[in-house]
Amino acid sequence: MSPAQTANGPLLAVSGLGKRFGGFVALENIDLAIAEGERVGLIGPNGSGKSTLVNCLCGTLRNETGSVLFDGRPLDGLIAHERTRLGLARSFQLPKPFHTLNLIDNLRVPLLYTVNARPGHSLSDTEVRGRCDELLEAVALADKARRLPRDLTQVEMRKLELARAVATEPRLLFADEAMAGLSPSEVEEIIAVLLRLNQQGITIVLIEHIMRAVMSFSTRLLVLVAGQKIADGLPQEVMRNPEVERAYLGE
Amino acid sequence: MRTGTFLIAAALVGVALVVLTRIFFTNDYFFFAAYVVLQYIVLSTAWNILGGYTGYINFGTGAFFAIGAYTSAVLHNLHTKPALMQGLLGITVPAIPLPVMMLIGGVIAGVLGLGTGYLTLRLRGVFFAIATLALTVVVQTLIVNWDYVGGSRGIYIIRPAQAPLGGGYIQYLYTLMMALSVISVCIARWIERSRLGLGFAAIRDDELAAEAGGVPTLRLKLIATTLSGALMGMAGAPLPYYVTYLDPASSFNLAYAVNSVAMPVIGGMTSWVGPIIGAVILGTIQQLATVTISSALNLLIVGVLLILFVIIAPNGIMGLISARQRRRAAIIEAAVQQRQAAA
Repeated sequence: MSPAQTANGPLLAVSGLGKRFGGFVALENIDLAIAEGERVGLIGPNGSGKSTLVNCLCGTLRNETGSVLFDGRPLDGLIAHERTRLGLARSFQLPKPFHTLNLIDNLRVPLLYTVNARPGHSLSDTEVRGRCDELLEAVALADKARRLPRDLTQVEMRKLELARAVATEPRLLFADEAMAGLSPSEVEEIIAVLLRLNQQGITIVLIEHIMRAVMSFSTRLLVLVAGQKIADGLPQEVMRNPEVERAYLGE
Repeated sequence: MRTGTFLIAAALVGVALVVLTRIFFTNDYFFFAAYVVLQYIVLSTAWNILGGYTGYINFGTGAFFAIGAYTSAVLHNLHTKPALMQGLLGITVPAIPLPVMMLIGGVIAGVLGLGTGYLTLRLRGVFFAIATLALTVVVQTLIVNWDYVGGSRGIYIIRPAQAPLGGGYIQYLYTLMMALSVISVCIARWIERSRLGLGFAAIRDDELAAEAGGVPTLRLKLIATTLSGALMGMAGAPLPYYVTYLDPASSFNLAYAVNSVAMPVIGGMTSWVGPIIGAVILGTIQQLATVTISSALNLLIVGVLLILFVIIAPNGIMGLISARQRRRAAIIEAAVQQRQAAA
């Protein structure tokens, strides 16, 4: 039994997912399952389809084949904002802050459009403001609440990106290269944030190139090479897998 | 200020302006000129809902504006040439009051906005702008070939002999346009402060990120095109009675599109104040130039001002003001920090 299978069934179940761009096959027949509470590392060389997979799962791109179940519910045909409202959040590889809005308003967007859009939820203005403060506090950005994103440093921008994803109160979070271009100490900071989020009950899929970060964070590794899943298992075992070695280091 | 309070305040300002100007200005020319400036407040405010808040540049103002004008012309015709409706449905169409014509024109232009939105909102940036420019050509071609509203010859509209609200007909048109300006500005300000406005801003800044944050981008963009188109149509509805001779060449004039882009750019696109400032400044200069120099000068003035502002103040007059405020706030913040460090 793989670690992904629990009594209640996996949180996310992908079967036979495929995506092509014209004649180029970006993803082929991807099967995977992610259980509630897991910390999964998704790795693979550049162009192996990691971001395309995230885009297909989050509804930014449409996969031609295969289907996706989230908490037992089919996601096929739902557009991005509907998936976000179901509890599937993502951060972008290149941070995409709302650059004319200050940090509070950046967070108000997901709070008003996702959290308040769920049935039975209606935060008042003061509650929304309170949530913004909590979220900014959690990523140590509280003192810049009224600043614009252009006043932020690289690492702060990444934190804002994460805070905005977390503001949607997701059950599953895709962190797409949340640490690219950061210094080792900054990487530690982001990992600490992600671990804390996981302890709060958010299942996290980390897409990352920095192997030190992936190994210290993940409880399971998925490896994509040329649009195919070639390995899935405990991090140490996956790294000893000869196919993975070949993909990363060559023959 | 809450939206309700603002609505009352704006209405009071509108009423006061109408009453005062009608007491102090006896020359009809003032009202002819002021009508045009007010019309541009509505057009640039409407344009800004889609262009400034949502970030989709629309060059099709002329189409929505003329749809409003031609709706009125059709409604006018149905009354003055009763044969058509009597033959078709056996009814006689009564004279429709102008405010009702404005509402109908607004609805039709709003539907055009919704349809345009569905067809073009997959396009971004300059491609959307080109599509809206094409829309003007398509609608104009339809009107040119529609004989019932005069085709390319145009159509004469005879004003009712008596104007409601006392005074002459131009004073009546001026009062209506003042009311529409107040309504448009209130709508724009309400949007700015509402959840809808936050969603528009998110779309303008980054559509993918907006979707990822749960914003239903397509629905919001359709709301923007519909609302913006409807207000433009309402602004165009009184035009036949203003000019008394309506023809495609002047009602679809590119100047409407150019002005309604230029005014928010000059005034500032991020706030409801910007389009008002731009419309008042540019509209007044154009009216003055028309009388004192030549009406052909108008587009040159727009062009020169537009270039100056894009170079010197890309965020318009409101942008200059808020940048100044930010600088001051930063200086004060720095001073406070210094004092704290010294203490």
